[in-house]
Amino acid sequence: MPQSFATELDRQLVLWEEEVPGGAHWSGVLRRGVTLRVTDLQGGANVSMLFYNHEDRLERYNMADTLKGQHTAFLCAGKVCYSDMGRVLCSVAQDSCGWHDTIGGVSNARMVKRKYGEARYQEHRNDYHRNGYDSLVNELGKYGLGRRDLVANLNLFSKVTVDDSGALQFHTGNSGAGDCIDLRFEMPALVVLSTCQHPLDPEPRYNPRAISLAAWRSGAAGADDPCRNACPENQRAFINTERLYG
Amino acid sequence: MSSGLVESALDSASAAFRHVVPAGEPFMKEISKGQVLRILDLEGNQAVDTLFYSAADPEERYDANTTIREQGNIYLTAGTVLLSNAGNPMLTIVADTCGRHDTLGGACSAESNTVRYALEKRHMHSCRDSFLLALAEWDNGMSKRDLSSNINFFMNVPVTPEGKLTFEDGISEAGRYVEMRAEMDVLVLISNCPQLNNPCNAYNPTPVEVLVWDPQ
Repeated sequence: MPQSFATELDRQLVLWEEEVPGGAHWSGVLRRGVTLRVTDLQGGANVSMLFYNHEDRLERYNMADTLKGQHTAFLCAGKVCYSDMGRVLCSVAQDSCGWHDTIGGVSNARMVKRKYGEARYQEHRNDYHRNGYDSLVNELGKYGLGRRDLVANLNLFSKVTVDDSGALQFHTGNSGAGDCIDLRFEMPALVVLSTCQHPLDPEPRYNPRAISLAAWRSGAAGADDPCRNACPENQRAFINTERLYG
Repeated sequence: MSSGLVESALDSASAAFRHVVPAGEPFMKEISKGQVLRILDLEGNQAVDTLFYSAADPEERYDANTTIREQGNIYLTAGTVLLSNAGNPMLTIVADTCGRHDTLGGACSAESNTVRYALEKRHMHSCRDSFLLALAEWDNGMSKRDLSSNINFFMNVPVTPEGKLTFEDGISEAGRYVEMRAEMDVLVLISNCPQLNNPCNAYNPTPVEVLVWDPQ
């Protein structure tokens, strides 16, 4: 029997579960009406993540449209992720964390070497140092996508705020062991992710944390859904989505 | 980034290239390493949606997240180094008489207009339409895939400490400009924004001028 993580879910609804170690990368397809529960297993995890419409991967998560449609600079329960085509890729149906970063971007090879030193596969085998950018390029490459498609990403479980002068601040300890977010897919989506550390994480050690993924049949957003009705912009984005998938 | 204003020593009369971009039109041009590009807000409060690509390898392009993260601040102004997705300097902002510029607000599109304003707004002109036409005309294989997070010169999109993001009245005026020196050969892609539904253009899109100087 595979290990079970999201034990609170109705077992009849769970499609699959798996653990993703820290520093790893993963991709998969989530169908409309399926929710992906992402759980921070130890606390302090970061998940650099992107979404693409599985049927037309030119349609993808759009940071700016997500932010300006909902007048927000971060994600939490009740918010949704917009595609660049005015539709909802997925909704944050539940969230115990309260803040997921949308503006910090992703770590890269140069940064990881500067911050944590070099650790090559040759000497370290699968404990070698990975970085978010190359990890996402790895996953994208499996679908014929690449650097051109690596647009501004989400960082689940990480919190970055902006002060009145525009300065960025990373908040350590935003997410604890067991914190989780439910991403409910409103269209079939390719999900790519990396569990490398956030690029602004001041932790001096290479110490990426593990997460678990659990996919379960939730159904898509109903008429009275709080994400749909959070603002008129979201209502219109759901109308656009349902013209294609309703 | 402080909003200390920095004026340019360059004289418009000595520019090697001058071109007025009317509101609602795109502009695309190669800028060589060492050349200086100025975008001049002719009538004030205009938003100029701008993307940069390495001329040698357009897969290397301006990266908004990397740029703001490496300088530790979301606003672009004099001193900002515009970084690529490979972490390389593409251009450096060397003069700025506006004070700050946005790179989180993105570009308008027919589809985002339906979400932000009303389903019936689909048929209004948008930046993405300008970008797509400019790329089609440039004809080097670039497409919607290459439209990543852009800069909005002269646009004011503050983020509050609580994480709210809003579009506010512009802080630019007629005659204000931003100037940058190319650190590599770049393609610049501009949409002079036609948006009529929010205050980014003071509801009145107006022309801007693009000037280029050869290395001094």
